[in-house]
Amino acid sequence: MTSPESTKSREERKNMLSSFFLRGRRRGDTIFKWVVIAAAGYTLLLLGLVVFSVGEGSLAAFGKEGFFQFFAQTDWNPVEGRESYGALPYIVGTLVSAGIAMAIGVPISLGIAVFISEIAPPRIGTPVGYIVEVLAAIPSIIYGLWALFVFRFWILDFIERPLHEAFGGSIPLFAQTPFGLDVFTAGIVLAIMIIPIISSIAREILKAVPNSQREAAYSLGATRWETVWKFVFPYAKAGLLGAAILGLGRAVGETILVTMVIGNAVGAAAIPEGLFDQSQTLSSVIANEFNEAVTNFHISSLIALAVVLFILTMAINIGAQFLVSRMVRVVPGARE
Amino acid sequence: MTSEEYADSLDYKVGRTDSDVRDYKVSVRHLDSWFGTKQALKDINFDVKENTVTALIGPSGCGKTTLIRCLNRMNEMTASAAVKGSVFLDKVDIYDRSVDPVIIKRRMGMVFQKPNPFPTMSIYDNVAAGLKLNGIRDKKLINEIVEESLKGAVLWEEVKDELDKPGISLSGGQQQRLCIARALAMQPEVLLMDEPTSALDPIASAKIEELMNDLKKDLTIIIVTHNMQQAARVSDYTAFMYLGELIEYGPTKQIFENPQKELTERYISGKFG
Amino acid sequence: MSNTSERKQIIQDSILRTNARRRIIDKAITVATIACVAAALIPLGSILFEVFKNGASAISFEFLTEPQGSIVRGDGGIGPAIQGTLIVVGLASLMGVPVGVLGGIYLSEYAGTGKFPYFVRFFNNVMTGLPSIVLGIVGYIILVLTIGSFNVMAGAIALSIIMIPIVLGVTEQTVKLVPNSVREAGHSLGIPKWKVTMFITLWSAKNGVLTGIVLGISRIAGETAPLITTILGTSLFFQGFFGPVDALPLRIWRLSQQPYDASHEFAWGSALILILMILSLSVALRYLVLERKFRLRLPPLSLNYSFPIVSGMLKKMRGTKE
Repeated sequence: MTSPESTKSREERKNMLSSFFLRGRRRGDTIFKWVVIAAAGYTLLLLGLVVFSVGEGSLAAFGKEGFFQFFAQTDWNPVEGRESYGALPYIVGTLVSAGIAMAIGVPISLGIAVFISEIAPPRIGTPVGYIVEVLAAIPSIIYGLWALFVFRFWILDFIERPLHEAFGGSIPLFAQTPFGLDVFTAGIVLAIMIIPIISSIAREILKAVPNSQREAAYSLGATRWETVWKFVFPYAKAGLLGAAILGLGRAVGETILVTMVIGNAVGAAAIPEGLFDQSQTLSSVIANEFNEAVTNFHISSLIALAVVLFILTMAINIGAQFLVSRMVRVVPGARE
Repeated sequence: MTSEEYADSLDYKVGRTDSDVRDYKVSVRHLDSWFGTKQALKDINFDVKENTVTALIGPSGCGKTTLIRCLNRMNEMTASAAVKGSVFLDKVDIYDRSVDPVIIKRRMGMVFQKPNPFPTMSIYDNVAAGLKLNGIRDKKLINEIVEESLKGAVLWEEVKDELDKPGISLSGGQQQRLCIARALAMQPEVLLMDEPTSALDPIASAKIEELMNDLKKDLTIIIVTHNMQQAARVSDYTAFMYLGELIEYGPTKQIFENPQKELTERYISGKFG
Repeated sequence: MSNTSERKQIIQDSILRTNARRRIIDKAITVATIACVAAALIPLGSILFEVFKNGASAISFEFLTEPQGSIVRGDGGIGPAIQGTLIVVGLASLMGVPVGVLGGIYLSEYAGTGKFPYFVRFFNNVMTGLPSIVLGIVGYIILVLTIGSFNVMAGAIALSIIMIPIVLGVTEQTVKLVPNSVREAGHSLGIPKWKVTMFITLWSAKNGVLTGIVLGISRIAGETAPLITTILGTSLFFQGFFGPVDALPLRIWRLSQQPYDASHEFAWGSALILILMILSLSVALRYLVLERKFRLRLPPLSLNYSFPIVSGMLKKMRGTKE
């Protein structure tokens, strides 16, 4: 069917193509391989750079105060000649605001995840999921702006003032006169910020629980909520914990939002004694003072705060991965 | 027996809509079922005698799994499922509005294709799960029931010293027997089994088939299976389904040796599957 | 078995007794979950509403192009901030995207099971959790101190460090998903591996990779903290790569700290511009164009912060599903 001429040109074409593709093949492959390895290595380099630079920058501060002393001190005095810095108040502020964020954010996130993946039919659940995720796309500066000019008044009028009036005398938590800019407001807005993160991960986790578990529960007569609470959640608890801790990491690291609503107390006064007290976090101090800091010692101390924050975040992150991997071992495959 | 006697016997009346539902443990009448717009079951009618094993056979997609799930209202788990018709358990239509679905689930237990014990619970807790869920608190009673159920599932001897171990630490066949024990703990009258041995090796399967023979003395068993030989081995009655319809139903011996419908004969002899 | 019927009765009674309560609890929880959804949607609605309501009045051509004039009178606009954002984000992307994509390709196509890939993955996981203020300080130390003034490059570097793990993680995951048959088809034609990877495999995964890039860009466009310590912010237009520059998030922050009404109006206006930029990037691009047109299931937006860690977790739960 094929004439000798066309066969020949097919051969020729094949040879041409192969040599085209093979040209420089070895070299091209090797070069590319090293390019991608370099790119991967660059990321390691970056982390090293991060560690090294903040370590070096904070040396002055840690050196003067002593590494562990710095963690424990409560003064924060930038006045030249009497400079003294300590991270403790801000560690407390970070933990308290993040704690409030978790206390409010985790249950709500789980509620949303359960609604979307267990209760709502897909044509309602999927759009709701998308919309909740838009919350995650909003930059924190805009959360801060909104919280500063709008939301804080809601919290002040509908939550803080009533609580203060009702319980201010009896419960020390509500004793301070509320102004709307305090650790409580910071905690609530942080909660709103971490909800999309925790709920979308929780949703994926719940989806990963095999349906056969739910079927077994239903066949024993469980209601929908009982199936979720007593059978699905325990199965998924590793993943759900991981989701929560990722949210915690985000809340701890958030800077600008907190700066705008936490009230910016300094030094020992930053240790919150009640929910309506002003405070600051490790990151908010850095943001507030970095551009005005004059002395090297001051700057070094701010960098030292960054180191504390870094350590805290690392601990949360690594702790989460460790916890999750230990719990996940419970989850099955049958030994056949 | 004479042909007249046969015509009068329950065996003959089985599967005919004029049979009396009071004579049978489970009776299905004019059952239709849909998933969305697709009809999965078309006008199913049959009866199941007490203390028998009935097998539902047919090629994939014929609706046998859908049917068995309609029997204890498990089909309601799927959002788009709709059902018309009746399923009588003793004399009561389980689809009647006044009937509590949880009670039905107690009376009709279910075992699934792939063993699904609860991994976060011990063997003991797995078996007791249904009881605790439904409010039983009496520890002594629970202990008794757990032991009896495990014995009933022929698992007690193997696990009696290890009741605290997690449910998934057992082998596949043991896990399936654990699931059977879990269903038995609810003191069901009917046991629905959806391809219970298809995920198991032959030895484990044989044990479960033996179990069915013992259990039928106290229960009525309905089993879905794609394995015809298994149906022939374990069941007293067989129902053959194709594309959502019940083609033929009768005593197993008759179905396999002397099928009345051509479709049945072709399926049995392996002409399609 | 003699007391079986007794037992049946006991169980039955227990069911009847507890049923009503269990059903009420079930309904109540359903209502509670709906309340949780409302608790998330109401703030979202409020934020979008307030930004649009308060910011719209500030928008004008002058606002978008002029530098700030007299604060009290509300002259001028945020031109330098818009320009600055585009420059810094653009620079950061130039630095971050190639590294992220190539690194992701390395992990997916070239990495074995040795220590190096393990550490690359582990440390990228770690970096997704780093607070951005810390990275701003890194930018300060390596480029501001050395050069002597706050500058654009420092900001770009800091932002690129935030961007890289995101792009790398998404690239690795999506390129891994390309079926082997595609690669084999390329190899069987005699095409060298690097060309197969770049022009065939990567091309097949382009939607996912693009998503990762868009995720990265929309994340860093909104970041404020790293800019505080690196670019300083100014009221002037771009003056060179080694001088300070302004950016939208930074400008919003400074404006919000001032007491004047005009400043606040500017702040809302800037917020509106910023939100429009980011939402149009991340939401519109992904959900309308990419997902409708190419019908992909894309990783959710919030995984910005956690993608590599989460996919690892999910893999463990499901058993590796490669």
